[in-house]
Amino acid sequence: MAGKLVYFLLLVVVMVAMPVYSEAQDNTTTMDNSTENDVPKFVTTKPQFTEGIFPCSNCHAAMTPNRQRRELSFHTEIQLNHAKRQRWCLDCHDADNRNVLKLANGDHVTFEESYNLCGQCHGNIFRDWKTGIHGKRIGYWNGDKTYYLCVNCHNPHSPHFKPLKPLPMPAHPQDVTKIKSTTSIEVDGRKLYIPVYEK
Amino acid sequence: MNRRNFLKTAALGVGGILLPAKDSPASVWESFFQKYYREMNDKEKKDVVARLEKEYEEKYKKHIKVKTNAPLPKVLYGYGLDLSRCVGCRRCVYACVTENNQSRNPQIQYITVLQFEQGEKWVSDLEESNKYYNPETVPAPEHFYMPVQCQQCEKPPCVKVCPTQATWKEPDGIVVVDYNWCIGCRYCMAACPYNARKFNWGEPTIPVDEINTETHYLGNRPRIKGAVEKCTFCIQRVRENPGRYPACVEVCPVGARKFGNLLDPESEIRVLIETKRVFRLKEELNTQPKFYYFFSL
Repeated sequence: MAGKLVYFLLLVVVMVAMPVYSEAQDNTTTMDNSTENDVPKFVTTKPQFTEGIFPCSNCHAAMTPNRQRRELSFHTEIQLNHAKRQRWCLDCHDADNRNVLKLANGDHVTFEESYNLCGQCHGNIFRDWKTGIHGKRIGYWNGDKTYYLCVNCHNPHSPHFKPLKPLPMPAHPQDVTKIKSTTSIEVDGRKLYIPVYEK
Repeated sequence: MNRRNFLKTAALGVGGILLPAKDSPASVWESFFQKYYREMNDKEKKDVVARLEKEYEEKYKKHIKVKTNAPLPKVLYGYGLDLSRCVGCRRCVYACVTENNQSRNPQIQYITVLQFEQGEKWVSDLEESNKYYNPETVPAPEHFYMPVQCQQCEKPPCVKVCPTQATWKEPDGIVVVDYNWCIGCRYCMAACPYNARKFNWGEPTIPVDEINTETHYLGNRPRIKGAVEKCTFCIQRVRENPGRYPACVEVCPVGARKFGNLLDPESEIRVLIETKRVFRLKEELNTQPKFYYFFSL
């Protein structure tokens, strides 16, 4: 009799605990999902605008938006080489408020958060960027990091990487003793020393 | 004089010649009797650092800080390099030289960027590569690039062959050199399959205004002629807490270089090992590098 009672109590405990347990499991999965979708908290460098171009409302406030796809008479320096056939300014820029960007769902994001816009199409790159595999970040490997925005490295209107001038090649073994002195050059705002060879 | 006395006197005489001269400065005597770094206690390390800082101050007329930060607990450093992104611009090479106080003349560079022709049988034929490329702009069409530096092997052959144990692997995985114990035999250079170690054939020269004054005893403190040196994952930066990224990681304009803690599942190095196509250089030698080349495309 006592044995039966124990089994019954055990059964009751299990039945009561089951839904609680599965609920807890559900909770953890939703939490996992939310962290996956979260954008890292250590953001970011500033987007670089052409001098005097931002805020866009300086000029656009007084203009009536023309939603027609056309050859621009202003902003002619912008070469749209970014899925040109499929894209037009107002796919990313908001017609009514030029100081913000527009997502496909109609939401607005600031220029500082433009990664949300890029991530709409480049989802796998966006995922890698958030974990630090794609793109550049600086700071502390076990602490605060600064993420570079997509537009810090890619021109959003023409995203393909621009070729760079390589820094000087290493001294060839036969030239090692011909290094006369060093000189400094400025590369990306940093001073670097490079060898000067005697002729 | 019998044979035994003669040998005793001769040994003392030869020993005496090898000692520093009687009127040498105290620091010469101290460096002569300096202990092996791994056997020093904190007090002895402090004394050595004080002596070195004084020597550097006299030589460069500049205060150079020498740190002796110990490895951080539960950390094993790993490095990732995205071969799909590297454009071969050599920014990393020169950032490394500046950060790590490498000699400008004779020239010492820890990082070698290799250029390959597309389609070349390359991973096994590194000799076919070219490190003396110099086009107007990179990436050159139909070419790709692979930077090589110290791979911080888990089983480093260079450590195995060192007759004075002047080089060893630290608990955080960094293979380091005590320049004061290196006798310059270059066995380690012969043993390294990655050509990652560099020898100071001449007195290293650095323009004084370019010296990085934040240094580590096992890393970028000024070197001496006749010592072997190598990449230490910027030990002076990564061993701070919080630790900075190495200089080459921060300078890379395409963000191809990744760095993190292999024991931390959240670290970018772990994520890339788990999600990308990864290979290690000359894996068949069983050196087990902690430098992971990967393809993001």
